[in-house]
Amino acid sequence: MEWDWNFVWQIMPTLLEGLKITLLATVLGAVVAAVVGLLFAILRLSAPKPIARVVGFLVEFIRGTPLLVQLYFIFYVLPDIGISLPALVAGVIGLGIHYGTYTAEVYRAGIENVPRGQWEAARATNLTLRQTWLHVILPQAIPPMIPALANYLIAMFKETPLLSAITVLELMNQAKSIANSNYRYIEPMTLVGVFFLIMSLISVVFLRWLEERYSRVEER
Amino acid sequence: MPDPIIRIDNIIKRYGPLTVLDGLSMQVMPGEKLALIGPSGSGKTTILRILMTLETISGGHIEVDGAQLYHMPGNGGLVAADERYLQRMREKIGMVFQHFNLFPHKCVLDNVTLAPMLTKGMARAAAEKRAMELLDMVGMADKAKSMPAQLSGGQKQRVAIARALALSPKIMLFDEVTSALDPELVEEVLNVMRKLASETDMTMLLVTHEMGFAHDFADRILFFDRGRIVEEGKPDDIFRHPKQERTQVFLRKIIAAGHRV
Repeated sequence: MEWDWNFVWQIMPTLLEGLKITLLATVLGAVVAAVVGLLFAILRLSAPKPIARVVGFLVEFIRGTPLLVQLYFIFYVLPDIGISLPALVAGVIGLGIHYGTYTAEVYRAGIENVPRGQWEAARATNLTLRQTWLHVILPQAIPPMIPALANYLIAMFKETPLLSAITVLELMNQAKSIANSNYRYIEPMTLVGVFFLIMSLISVVFLRWLEERYSRVEER
Repeated sequence: MPDPIIRIDNIIKRYGPLTVLDGLSMQVMPGEKLALIGPSGSGKTTILRILMTLETISGGHIEVDGAQLYHMPGNGGLVAADERYLQRMREKIGMVFQHFNLFPHKCVLDNVTLAPMLTKGMARAAAEKRAMELLDMVGMADKAKSMPAQLSGGQKQRVAIARALALSPKIMLFDEVTSALDPELVEEVLNVMRKLASETDMTMLLVTHEMGFAHDFADRILFFDRGRIVEEGKPDDIFRHPKQERTQVFLRKIIAAGHRV
């Protein structure tokens, strides 16, 4: 089998379409993961004991089962109870909730790393709880979390091919259908690998920069 | 004689099985400078933390400036204070901590202006003007734009004092404010406190191991041991002629450890 550049140029537009969907799913999934994670973290840190325990169990459950199974569940099983979601929406929800359980841990550690004295100083200067979170705790907790959060973003990006299993027309799915209809696998699959590699390399440089910028431990 | 500004009545504080304050009662007059001394674990820091509402209490009542601190009127009697009520009470009280607890992500000036702007709705310009006056008083005006990490311990503590003063409290609590400092930095903080004591009529409560400073600074000394006030009196009486044996033992140990009286 020989590498065929003409075929490469011919399939490029379709693959780029797929790449767009991959990036879209990653960005939306990241937003869901960021919000869901914060919700999980705050519930586990400050909700009444029974609720915190239920959330804790839920988080362990989601983390302990494969993302692929969860995606199948959301896309193929939920319609049985009347919840039919478009493939991309189901995929974004699946990715977001799954990675939300990981980001929750990052948030929790980051929030717990803010010394107790900061809460006390906020209280002694008479800030409300809301003001304490917004002006004292989160501004200190979030910067050190950023490298870890970005790490999960990259991991999630590389898991997006799983969405092809629930018919999302992302990069992998496009490549698969090109390959199946032309009986040529080498070009589409190589290109998928190259696309992911390029994006990952860019992300790694970006991540290094983030680490440099945010994870320096400041003296208190 | 005016009414006490702080009236502590039979306060009990337990941590699990451990009783830290065992039916403590005391009163503080407006403008009084009080030093709380005693061995560690005797409950003197706990009483400051309770006054700042950083702790809960297991029993008893506290009145600050004519109003209950942990209880508010309701249901025809007193009920546990809610957050909004505590917010109003906390306005009267400021606190300076052993470990400064400056906000590390904010510059010196913003550390001082944050609370007045958020809790009193002060405009930035007014808050900054007032903050600069206070920073000038503690000798930190030239560091207004510095970050806390760039300051020495003594400088941080002087900023922390300015931050607490920015809310114009009637009562200031100082919790071992020089204990975390290198010896050569202690004096600059004590000087600020002397100045504060002589220039204002604020009520000041001080937990300290600096016996020399407590002697010069305080109108009255309270000696704490095991969650109770064992002895109280004028500095000269407590330091020169302690009556209780536990006070005598404590002072002997402190002097043996090299502290001046």
